[in-house]
Amino acid sequence: MKHEKGLGLLAIGLAVSLSAAAAFAGSVVAPGDVEIVDDSAIPASLTGVAGDPVAGKEAFTGRKLGNCLACHQVTSLMDEQQFHGEVAPSLDGVANRYSEAELRLQIVNAKVLNEDSLMPSFYRTDGLNRVAEKFQGKTILTAQQVEDVIAYLMTLKEE
Amino acid sequence: MTKKILALGVAASLALASGLAVAELREGYVYLDPPTEDHPLDEIISGYEFRDDATRALQADDFENPGFLLLEQGQDLWSTVDGSEGKSCETCHGDVTESMAGVGSTYPKIMMQGGERKLTNIENQINTCRTERMGAEAWKYDKAPLQAMTILVKNVDRGEPVNVTIDGEYEPWFKQGEELYYTRVGQLDMSCAHCHEAHYGQFIRADHLSQGQTNGFPTYRFKWSGQGSLHRRFSGCIKNIRGEPYSKGGDEFLALELYTAWRGQGLPIETPSVRN
Repeated sequence: MKHEKGLGLLAIGLAVSLSAAAAFAGSVVAPGDVEIVDDSAIPASLTGVAGDPVAGKEAFTGRKLGNCLACHQVTSLMDEQQFHGEVAPSLDGVANRYSEAELRLQIVNAKVLNEDSLMPSFYRTDGLNRVAEKFQGKTILTAQQVEDVIAYLMTLKEE
Repeated sequence: MTKKILALGVAASLALASGLAVAELREGYVYLDPPTEDHPLDEIISGYEFRDDATRALQADDFENPGFLLLEQGQDLWSTVDGSEGKSCETCHGDVTESMAGVGSTYPKIMMQGGERKLTNIENQINTCRTERMGAEAWKYDKAPLQAMTILVKNVDRGEPVNVTIDGEYEPWFKQGEELYYTRVGQLDMSCAHCHEAHYGQFIRADHLSQGQTNGFPTYRFKWSGQGSLHRRFSGCIKNIRGEPYSKGGDEFLALELYTAWRGQGLPIETPSVRN
């Protein structure tokens, strides 16, 4: 009897912590719920948690994450990362040219800005064709990784 | 003065080492004007052009080119009897260099297969012969015997210009291939055209983008450490963009093979080529 009561309390405790986790997860904007304003920007953070530029650099360069250097160049990364791509613009000084909100849309779904763009949509799961099974329903980057990459890009300033 | 002579000597020996075939291929065949005004490319360039001198030299040397090991295996298989009918390829087709002239440069073609006329590439046609005429088992796609025989057949046309048919009964296949070429696929959401039409000649990370031409297939790829078919390459490209490939030898890739071959109309057959 006593034992069962203990289990019950444990269950309540678990339920409380699970609902806390759910509340936290609920603050992440799902790919289908991202609010694009005037087809030009996404002003609201996808997570409400400030982006971390150090983690963002990892997501930016990681070949299985953003792999952004496959196409773009960043002069300040030339020493530590070989082989920058040529098919997309240099991101030197990108923070001078775009706001966080504009960069967020560019990363989430660049095809809103340019329907012919070859840039992958890093936070989108709909409207795709023949996605390999292990990537189905998944975004290329997580919501927080998108925020982190934005924070990293905002460090790429030119005087 | 001495320095100058030394430099000349080095240049001459380099030219000898790289071989005349390389220079001939570059001069004679590689850059072409598009065959028609509505062709999607302004210039047609073999994948050969995007490779470095060492890779080109390896392709040009028939003794060093790894594709020739398989070609020799193909020569042995050509006269090997197999299946319930007691036939080899040679039984019906005789000398491969005579009977297969004009095949490599004009395939894929519409042929009778399983009782219907459908688009067929060299690999599938070999297997049709095996199953329908020799009473033998079909060879597995991309395994050595089928690749060896495909290389043997296509190599007969080495140097001949790609010349596929796209009108008449070929048109629905051609249209299907064209549509596949321009359709975005995979989690990365890209079409063939995004890389191979819009950005050939540029680098994606360390990879030099080609036009995705078919004239060298089956090819030896350093990345594979071996020989592979065009459909294997299609499949790899689609996997790179995190997509689900179509089946090798299946109708979709056959249609894409016809369409991409046409994009390289006029390029010389290079089989067996060497690529990265």
